[in-house]
Amino acid sequence: MRVKRSTWAYPYLVFLILFVALPLLMIAVYAFRDAQTGAFTLGNFARFFSTPQDLNTFLYSIQVAIVTTLLCLVIAYPAAWILSKSDFNRSKITVMLFILPMWINMLIRTLATVALFDFLRLPLGEGALTFGMVYNFLPFMIYPIYNSLEKMDSSYIEAAQDLGATPSQVFLKVTLPLSMPGVWSGVLMVFMPTISTFAIAELLTLNKVKLFGTTIQENINNGFWNYGSALALIMLVIIGLTSLVGDEGNTRESEKGGLI
Amino acid sequence: MNKDIVISLQHLSKSYDGKPVLDDISLDIRAGEFVTLLGPSGCGKTTTLRLIAGFLSPDGGRILLDGRDIADVPPHKRPFNTVFQRYALFPHLDVYDNIAFGLKLRRVPTDEIDKKVRKVLKMVSMTDYEDRDVESLSGGQQQRVAIARAIVNQPKVLLLDEPLAALDLKMRKDMQIELKEMHRQLGITFIYVTHDQEEALTLSDTIVVMNEGKILQVGTPTDIYNEPQNSFVADFIGESNILNGRMIEDRKVEFIGHTFECVDEGFGCDVPVDVVLRPEDIYIMNRTEGAQFSATVKSCTFKGVHYEMFVDTDNGYELMIQDYNAFAPGSTVGLLIRPGDIQVMRKERTCNSFEAEVVDSGHVRMLGMEFECPAASEFKPADKVTAEVDFDKVELVDHQEDGMLSGEVHFLLYKGNHYHLTVLTDGGDHIWVDTDDVWDKGDLVGVNFASENIRLKA
Repeated sequence: MRVKRSTWAYPYLVFLILFVALPLLMIAVYAFRDAQTGAFTLGNFARFFSTPQDLNTFLYSIQVAIVTTLLCLVIAYPAAWILSKSDFNRSKITVMLFILPMWINMLIRTLATVALFDFLRLPLGEGALTFGMVYNFLPFMIYPIYNSLEKMDSSYIEAAQDLGATPSQVFLKVTLPLSMPGVWSGVLMVFMPTISTFAIAELLTLNKVKLFGTTIQENINNGFWNYGSALALIMLVIIGLTSLVGDEGNTRESEKGGLI
Repeated sequence: MNKDIVISLQHLSKSYDGKPVLDDISLDIRAGEFVTLLGPSGCGKTTTLRLIAGFLSPDGGRILLDGRDIADVPPHKRPFNTVFQRYALFPHLDVYDNIAFGLKLRRVPTDEIDKKVRKVLKMVSMTDYEDRDVESLSGGQQQRVAIARAIVNQPKVLLLDEPLAALDLKMRKDMQIELKEMHRQLGITFIYVTHDQEEALTLSDTIVVMNEGKILQVGTPTDIYNEPQNSFVADFIGESNILNGRMIEDRKVEFIGHTFECVDEGFGCDVPVDVVLRPEDIYIMNRTEGAQFSATVKSCTFKGVHYEMFVDTDNGYELMIQDYNAFAPGSTVGLLIRPGDIQVMRKERTCNSFEAEVVDSGHVRMLGMEFECPAASEFKPADKVTAEVDFDKVELVDHQEDGMLSGEVHFLLYKGNHYHLTVLTDGGDHIWVDTDDVWDKGDLVGVNFASENIRLKA
């Protein structure tokens, strides 16, 4: 008997159903059920919007995610640009060095950051949180941007020079727009995990600053499954929306850039 | 200094990673001229263009624009525009914005930009395509937009880097006519790079034939075609019979075993030369009386306008002949060559000569190797000598490892009864070989010299 190629897909299908589709479905079901009666309700969502503490944590998390993403972008773009200039990065070792932290577990890196702050006698708190976030997610921003800059046909740059563009005009009118797919990938790769992270916040702020991920975790841990699910669903929607916006930005030249 | 000259290249040289790409080239380009840099890939033509555009800077030499050195002028300040080989249209801009790119940078008023863009779009027959995404256009249309984007800026010189190479034959022919017409209308200087000799002959006022980083000949298309200055040019431009000959005296040359009258003078007496005969310049007829020599037709192929025939002459040389009439294979024909149709060229070399150093009484060192050489006994060790090997005394072998030197067949010429090959060794030296065996360009070969065939000169 000949085994069709599609047969090989079944184990993956089972995996996807068990570990992706089913949990998502369960989150959705829990989110719309009343904790006591089990009846359909929008009460969990209503509770979120009427609990200023949770709502504020949510808005604060988004703010932290946006700040982290912007900081990463501001730091990563010039870095990626310099790396993409071949003479500085002939052996690609420099890129490797930038990507290397990704090989180390995020918790270990964060604990190391805590130790570093202690050593330098710097206070843990909001500043440490931002530093930790940027430090953790910077490679995810550098790599896609570097990739799109590196793959860019140098003849576009020559064409722009040829048509009279000064170096800064070449950058603003050609290099930057053509690298936008990479920028969007980077923004997504940083924004999505930062909005849901909680371990970094707990460790780097000594639990002083609470992020939305922590709120969800606390609720689930304390047995408030339905409310916790509703919060998780809200976060999923936000992440889903961002990736839609990102896709929109990416459609022009979807084949360029790319994650890894 | 001639005021007419817009660009003057003076002793330009350029190398990449120690490998010379341009070797001391000098060239003057007149205003309004259509100049074509023609040569095989790797001859340095694109490098020359990029030096002019300013994307590269020369290792040596100067580029003068209207008599002024432009070494320090960055590309964006040079009054040139380039049509790139792969067009390099900006994918994030539509047709209109691509063309308007240069004008916007120079802050030309919007309504003027509008007028100019529409005018060039009309010129390249692309009206109504303003809003199209450049990636949705066909190759030919992208090419037109690329040309429009360059000429809309009214550059002093338009640089074109193999602009038609990516188009199919029919489209290429049409674009050639349009380019020529555009050149006439615009009246600006065109510097055009191509490896297509036919394109060069069709378009240019002046052709610059290049090979291996050197300019071999500069001239009008008719000059280049009718009076090639060396066998490379003769072979590269059009079809030709290239033969070894001997200049007996002024106006008398001997080749293929016969003596012919010609119009060339000043070569000296009894001097080896190369003779070029264009296949359409050999008269072919059914009878042998009145002919200078006879031949047997080997093959006859219809080529559309003419027939192409290969004949074996009475002395065993093969010639290519083009004629409007067909002659049946196997028939005996008479051939006639008029004095004015014989192009005689001085030979660049008559044997291989290498710098060598005597090692001991039986060995010399040359081409990075030690060779056995009995002739070395006449010299002292460490003497600097010149080693000579005749073309037909070089042995080529199929397997590189069987040769003392290994290399690649770099260029080949059929000389009527044998092949004249240029072998480029792995060490970067040229060895010229006469052989009856058939080799192809790019073949990897081993090279041997028999020790008794190496002559040494002080």
